Amino acid sequence: MKEAVMIPEQYKQIDFMKVKKKQKRVRFIKGMLFLLPSILLFSVFLFYPMARTLYLSFFLTDNSGATTVFVGLDNFKNIFTSPIFLKSLQSTFLFVLYTVPGTIIISLFLAVIANEKLTGIGFFRMIFSSTMGISVAAASVFWMFLFHPTMGWLNQFLEALGFEAIGWLTNPEWALLSVSISTIWMNLGFTFLILLGGLQSIDSHLYESAEIDGASYFYKLRRITVPMLSPTLFFVITVSFINAFQTFGQIDMLTRGGPQNETNLLVYSIYQEAFKNYQYGTASAQAVILFFIILLMTLLQFKLGERKVHYQ
Amino acid sequence: MTMAISKKLLFYLLLTVSALLVFSPAIIAFLMSFMSSEDILTGRIIPETWTLDNYIKAFERFPLFGYLINSFFVSLIIMIGQLLLSSLAAYAFVFLEFKGRDTLFFIFIATMMIPFEASIIPNFQTIRGLDLLNTYTGLSLPFFAVAFGTFLLRQHFKQIPKELKEASEITGMGDLKFYLTVVLPIAKTSLVTLGVYGFLTSWNMYLWPLLATTDDTVRTVQIGLKQLQSQEQLNEWGVIMAGGLIVVLPTLILLFLGQKKLQKGLTEGAIK
Repeated sequence: MKEAVMIPEQYKQIDFMKVKKKQKRVRFIKGMLFLLPSILLFSVFLFYPMARTLYLSFFLTDNSGATTVFVGLDNFKNIFTSPIFLKSLQSTFLFVLYTVPGTIIISLFLAVIANEKLTGIGFFRMIFSSTMGISVAAASVFWMFLFHPTMGWLNQFLEALGFEAIGWLTNPEWALLSVSISTIWMNLGFTFLILLGGLQSIDSHLYESAEIDGASYFYKLRRITVPMLSPTLFFVITVSFINAFQTFGQIDMLTRGGPQNETNLLVYSIYQEAFKNYQYGTASAQAVILFFIILLMTLLQFKLGERKVHYQ
Repeated sequence: MTMAISKKLLFYLLLTVSALLVFSPAIIAFLMSFMSSEDILTGRIIPETWTLDNYIKAFERFPLFGYLINSFFVSLIIMIGQLLLSSLAAYAFVFLEFKGRDTLFFIFIATMMIPFEASIIPNFQTIRGLDLLNTYTGLSLPFFAVAFGTFLLRQHFKQIPKELKEASEITGMGDLKFYLTVVLPIAKTSLVTLGVYGFLTSWNMYLWPLLATTDDTVRTVQIGLKQLQSQEQLNEWGVIMAGGLIVVLPTLILLFLGQKKLQKGLTEGAIK
């Protein structure tokens, strides 16, 4: 008798397990169906290309990009002994060094003054965020004129003040700085918008109680604004870093990497090597370097950011 | 709380000077686009006579209108693709529970670390291999899946009460129907934010259209501007500026209309 009772129990258990398993499978399939389009496209246009780039970096290729000879690490050896590539790396780091702090400091200033409750402040916010709506190509055209050796406003201004005209884009000593200035301008809008959003999300009670205690404007700025803004700051710094390493459009429009390769930034160098010189192998090796730089930057920022950032 | 008058004046002064400095490159371009060549050569600031010649020339000499149409369609397609894929993925991450979900979420995060610029070579080969060079599909397909959009929408979907989902299950509503009839309408504002952002960034794209187009029929307006700049002679700055302003106008209007939402949406997507 005892056994007779036991068996159906066991069957029930199995049935129950089966149903649960089936439900699990259905749920899994459903989840995958919702995610499939994204996963598929990520695989085709992001993960596969990354692997393929790594693969190509070990080969020589023909003009169409098909692999011909396996050369191991030779492409990497070549780029790291090539003065042009080393120059490109150096320019890229300098460019990052100029543009990231420049963009952040100016945008922060604009966001702080645009965060006051004043009549007509919406208009100023609109102006400050406007460069986000101006494409790299259009911005480059605007700046190309400002940098123009004779007609450009910058040189006219300098001459009016009695200084000598500068070859903004043609003088090797100035070109990278000039491109950086125009890039800072292009990035202002986006960075400003994010920082303003961060400022507005700070609890106003903090300022009110500081005011009651008689705190000065700069004391509040230093002790409330900056610490409370740190997660947003951390985000824009990371994004600015990554963007700076990926700069391409303004180089192609303003200097084409010149003069004397001064502004031959990493992505432009990859583009030249792959699509002008048809050296897909070395271009891929450069792309791999770019990938690792950005990976390292992101990880470093996360590590450093975690400790210093103040989260609410 | 009211500010002292002197402090107010100081802020207005700072704001005005900053606004002038920030906007001056655009203002200069605007003024120049209405100037005659002589006005530009003599270095005038305000046009002596306002003329539309530069705009007419820009449209006459270049298939600018076609470029505008191309940019519009490519941006629209990318925008729709991003909205669709991001909202589907975000739905799965918020409302569906299944094995491997966290791993997949991590993969989505990992995609943010792969720069598109570092993978252009195989992507170019893929698109060429699929015979999609010089097509709208080839211009837009690589940008449909975006982790950023998924995170942004996930943030907003999470604010939808779980009870709604439970209620829908009790009434036997399927996930697809719940997604379409409940989730999407509730998340309308965040969809608009992402849409504006997607359109803006697609319109302004430069490197990929440069690689993926070789003839004028599908070329986007940004690459058109590069052509205009490199082919025009030095004296034709007015025409170049006119071209630049035409390129910038749609996105500036979109930005000004959606600025508040964009700011809110981007900040939330960025921080949380």
